[in-house]
Amino acid sequence: MAIWFARSRNIVSSLRHNLNLSGILVQRDHSPRHAFTNSQLSSRSVFLDSFTSLRHESTAVEKQLDLVQQSDEEDPQELNFPGGKVGYTSELKFIPESSSRRVPCYRVLDENGRIIPDSDFIPVSEKLAVRMYEHMATLQVMDHIFYEAQRQGRISFYITTVGEEAVNIASAAALAPDDVVLPQYREPGVLLWRGFTLQEFANQCFGNKADHGKGRQMPVHYGSNRHSYFTVSSPIATQLPQAAGVGYSLKMEKKNACAVTFIGDGGTSEGDFHAGLNFAAVMEAPVVFICRNNGWAISTHISEQFRSDGIVVKGQAYGIRSIRVDGNDALAIYSAVRSAREMAVKEQRPVLIEAMTYRVGHHSTSDDSTKYRAADEIQYWKMSRNPVNRFRKWVEDNGWWSEEDESKLRSDARKQLLQAIQAAEKSEKPPLTELFSDVYDVKTKNLEEQELGLKELVEKQPQDYPPGFHI
Amino acid sequence: MWGILGRRAVVVDGGFSASCLRSRMRSGLVSARSYAAGSKEMTVRDALNSAIDEEMSADPKVFVMGEEVGQYQGAYKITKGLLEKYGPERVYDTPITEAGFTGIGVGAAYAGLKPVVEFMTFNFSMQAIDHIINSAAKSNYMSAGQINVPIVFRGPNGAAAGVGAQHSQCYAAWYASVPGLKVLAPYSAEDARGLLKAAIRDPDPVVFLENELLYGESFPISEEALDSSFCLPIGKAKIEREGKDVTITTFSKMVGFALKAAEKLAEEGISAEVINLRSIRPLDRATINASVRKTSRLVTVEEGFPQHGVCAEICASVVEESFSYLDAPVERIAGADVPMPYAANLERLALPQVEDIVRAAKRACFRSK
Repeated sequence: MAIWFARSRNIVSSLRHNLNLSGILVQRDHSPRHAFTNSQLSSRSVFLDSFTSLRHESTAVEKQLDLVQQSDEEDPQELNFPGGKVGYTSELKFIPESSSRRVPCYRVLDENGRIIPDSDFIPVSEKLAVRMYEHMATLQVMDHIFYEAQRQGRISFYITTVGEEAVNIASAAALAPDDVVLPQYREPGVLLWRGFTLQEFANQCFGNKADHGKGRQMPVHYGSNRHSYFTVSSPIATQLPQAAGVGYSLKMEKKNACAVTFIGDGGTSEGDFHAGLNFAAVMEAPVVFICRNNGWAISTHISEQFRSDGIVVKGQAYGIRSIRVDGNDALAIYSAVRSAREMAVKEQRPVLIEAMTYRVGHHSTSDDSTKYRAADEIQYWKMSRNPVNRFRKWVEDNGWWSEEDESKLRSDARKQLLQAIQAAEKSEKPPLTELFSDVYDVKTKNLEEQELGLKELVEKQPQDYPPGFHI
Repeated sequence: MWGILGRRAVVVDGGFSASCLRSRMRSGLVSARSYAAGSKEMTVRDALNSAIDEEMSADPKVFVMGEEVGQYQGAYKITKGLLEKYGPERVYDTPITEAGFTGIGVGAAYAGLKPVVEFMTFNFSMQAIDHIINSAAKSNYMSAGQINVPIVFRGPNGAAAGVGAQHSQCYAAWYASVPGLKVLAPYSAEDARGLLKAAIRDPDPVVFLENELLYGESFPISEEALDSSFCLPIGKAKIEREGKDVTITTFSKMVGFALKAAEKLAEEGISAEVINLRSIRPLDRATINASVRKTSRLVTVEEGFPQHGVCAEICASVVEESFSYLDAPVERIAGADVPMPYAANLERLALPQVEDIVRAAKRACFRSK
């Protein structure tokens, strides 16, 4: 009910503005009185009064009609249905399945790292730009080394972010530290930006004693309360309605923060995508939905995933403000996410960002994407459309970065990572006491009994357990 | 409440009019009741409503979410009056998407609120089971304690009357098999109040299985149970009726049937001990086994499907821990192994009846040496 009133009020106020009338809409039948009986809005009673006074003045009404007809494309006679007034047409015309023109993509930097003239963007200082670049390059090195470690059998699994460094780092840079991030699984860059160390990443991948996750999850399922980054969860798109819930919670507690959640192009096919966006809009929750449209969902190309013009057009279907951005343009991502975040918090509404990008790497270490896509397609994106190179050119052109800085950063990152991996590998695995903890807030009796039973068994039969099996 | 009305009428009315007589009678009734043991009565519906109301009043983080919980006052009127009292932000009418609102509830719980999510029936929770299991149950463990989920999922569970297969399944066994969840099943009004309050206060995700046919049933309720700080422990069963010849364990609506069966058995000289499980996970194995060691016989009853049911778990527990105490094979009564039919006669045949429990107890008793 309340939303219906608000929308009518918007129509009235916009008409009032456009036509300079005292806010009168013509209705053929159906007295508006019934619709407004419960209303508490003072503007409503003003509306009602002006309408009743005009009901019998047909000539005055006709004049109004002409005025309205001139400014509206539709027939001004409208139908009243649940959900508001809607104009009608006698033309049997379907809305086409796609627009004649695809939604354009917002970009600031061209492929050579030069700012496109007359670009609309939020300026980035040298300090911030250099920090962003350093993190993008570090993320590249981290991905490369962990991927190799998996190939060597040192960790069981890994997911790279190759090709999506700009989406990761620039979006993180645009958020406030209190903004709650609900990732999918290809956003470790956000956590890296927020201060998760290379050693902490390595500990999680090795599932050792120092892992904040206590060895509970497979690699890349990072999580850190300290960094407002929720633990990665494997089922796809479950984080979307959860983000709406987090946003609702922030709204109820009147916090100056929003929820930010990521999803891939494939994930938008899940039912949870519909529920999450629909709900966030209805609840007017401060959530920023960032879709990384990287063209592939394992081996499913986007042409097999949906028939719409990508994901950005779906925003309006839910009543959500949306934008399509060049995901490989760090400056564009920064501006878009920063603006979206401000809108979400100030206006308490969800916003949808579709970041167009490309998944250069395989889906994960369990995938070999050359089996379903052309090797030269991958090469093209890796070399000519590389977001890290593109941003580096801009930073270098500004005189903020040099070849020396580049080689130093990469060799330092590489050294740190190798050390982190060695330390993580040598580190002990979590003790037995962590097998039964955290199932509940407090261990239930049956868990205590099971734990005791296991301890006794290990002590009694040490030969059945690996040497140094930690109790 | 009835007591207060009665008393007020007596104070106001002084003469010998008919209305005075009526009020005298009313006050007489009230005083008679207050001298009786147990005193007040309360329906399960009112018990649940008062529990939610009191917890919402005590903690501003508690909020209710579900289809029709607000303006419609709840599909079964459990949330009646809450919207007027707490407003639309804390009594939230959701669009029709169990997956959606369960996910949102979990997200809100992640961020520190305490949602009480209503499923119109647990049959519809199937559309949200991924969020219940993979998001709610496992998060605390997978995040090593960083993400806790103080959420309650509640709603009617099991068979109602004439609602067919997709509205009649019992999900106790489904949810109770998952580590990370707590699963409760109240029977009486006192159970409903105490267990729901405990569930809302608990930092872990709780699945709270009510029963539609019990909502309207009245039970005596003690003063202690009416107090706003009343709470029952999770994981403790209740011995509803003490006995020495056979142990009957069950939960929810079947507790009433078991008590009726115990009455019938008493007429035939069999003293049955009836245990109301109250908590399916954690299961109070200690109480069950102590009882079986006393009686040497077990009859376990549930409404749900027989395979992998709650009864199967109780049988296993008793055989593992109290084998040498058993004088007879364990008797297990469950619903028929068919999706619930609609026709009234078929439905009755598909569910355990009092006679089935009596027969099983007699079988357990006469199988002794």
